[in-house]
Amino acid sequence: MTEYNFAYLDEQTKRMIRRAILKGLAIPGYQVPFASREMPMPYGWGTGGVQVSAAVLTPDDTLKVIDQGADDTTNAVSIRRFFQRTAGVAVTEKTTQASVIQTRHRIPEQALREDQIIVYQVPIPEPLRFLEPSEVETRKMHALEDYGLMHVKLYEDISQHGAIATAYAYPVKVEGRYVMDPSPIPKFDNPKLDMAAIQLFGAGREQRIYALPPYTKVVSLDFDDYPFQPTKAEHACALCGSTTSYLDELITDDAGGRMFICSDTDYCATRVEEAA
Amino acid sequence: MTPLLQVENLAKYYGARIGCADVSFDLYPGEVMGIVGESGSGKSTLLNCLAGHLKPDHGAVRFATRAEGLRDTVTMSEPERRMLGRTDWAFVHQHARDGLRMNVSAGGNVGERLMAVNARHYGDIRAQAIDWLGRVEITEDRIDDRPTAFSGGMQQRLQIARNLVTGPRLVFMDEPTGGLDVSVQARLLDLLRGLVRDMGLSAIIVTHDLAVVRLLADRLMVMKDGHVVETGLTDQVLDDPQHGYTQLLVSSVLQV
Repeated sequence: MTEYNFAYLDEQTKRMIRRAILKGLAIPGYQVPFASREMPMPYGWGTGGVQVSAAVLTPDDTLKVIDQGADDTTNAVSIRRFFQRTAGVAVTEKTTQASVIQTRHRIPEQALREDQIIVYQVPIPEPLRFLEPSEVETRKMHALEDYGLMHVKLYEDISQHGAIATAYAYPVKVEGRYVMDPSPIPKFDNPKLDMAAIQLFGAGREQRIYALPPYTKVVSLDFDDYPFQPTKAEHACALCGSTTSYLDELITDDAGGRMFICSDTDYCATRVEEAA
Repeated sequence: MTPLLQVENLAKYYGARIGCADVSFDLYPGEVMGIVGESGSGKSTLLNCLAGHLKPDHGAVRFATRAEGLRDTVTMSEPERRMLGRTDWAFVHQHARDGLRMNVSAGGNVGERLMAVNARHYGDIRAQAIDWLGRVEITEDRIDDRPTAFSGGMQQRLQIARNLVTGPRLVFMDEPTGGLDVSVQARLLDLLRGLVRDMGLSAIIVTHDLAVVRLLADRLMVMKDGHVVETGLTDQVLDDPQHGYTQLLVSSVLQV
């Protein structure tokens, strides 16, 4: 396609985003403001992730797009096609073959490698948002490492539900400094944030980019007597039999029939192939 | 004995108008000082300058920190001042809603200061919250209720518990009994007097209610138009007022 510049955004915009990404990588967990552009999709559909992906893509890259673990749902299909048209890059559904992975709310089950980049779509980058409405104040709290409030939320969870009920967007502390919202991934995925790949987070509407360099120490917040516990449905995948992957619950009929299958479609399909 | 708080020539201007000016005093450990005066006399401005909520234009506020002795809190860095604000200092607002998180349970409200100084054991935090709710006469079964479900007097008591849980050495109070009916006021004053005596707290109480300072304060400072017009022992000032304004103030109290 010659009508578009490579990967849709103009070169100056991509430079601006790359500068924000580099700053984010230099200060892991810090939310870097950037001049988010209008994208040809609505806010909430991944405009932040798409801009970050556009800034890191090269013509040699192979792109994979995940939507809630799956490669074949609307969001994944449309973003993948967007970059096929505007960048002409190769695309794949295989986690192992991708060099850039844009994801909405899941981390692949397959461990990522050092030569891979994973880009998260982030709706609300500020972990303190629902506790402290003022952006001026939350920035000050980050600057001064004033994070007592974050534990108040976990305290409220335990006092109301008897356990930390936060199941997704579970707050983490990065390298003992910044408290970060890992985007709404299930807390099952939190331990995987300690990984070999570069992790970039883009929030389009909120105009923030943040990042985790490879092997960054990421700790999920908890209490001494209520330690962090990653949770998943207590079942095995109905298709591939995996007992260690994150599962989706599928309602199959009106009579209470249900099945649990891997949320990561590529992981599941690969296991089924290997077993066959 | 070294003072806990030393204020020297403090002044705060709002443009050309005076908020407060030429305020100097020493506060010693265990001492309770009252600041009285009419609306607009600069009492709250002074209190907010002392507590670090407002930046004074002139003067020094030196606080005896545990580690380094007297430090000027005006020139101190913001993180240090905030640290003081959640450990050695406490601030009781006139309206409990300003000092409480209304959408967080009573236990969470009391626990917040503990968690802000790195308490990370849920059981301990909860036990301390229950202990403090008991001390301010809130029963244990209300611990998971939100302050919105509390009466005005209970909210004020909750605010006091939330502030005193970290064992502060200096408490700033801005009209702590304002807006409460008289019987609730009396109980709150009883409670405050007990806590101040038991914990050996120092306190600065801003109020326009002379009965409050008569009960709680050792010393009194009378303000008018941003200036201190009279200081002295509470009973001395109230029983034998020297300045014309103080005489007016004392004689304005209705005798029932």
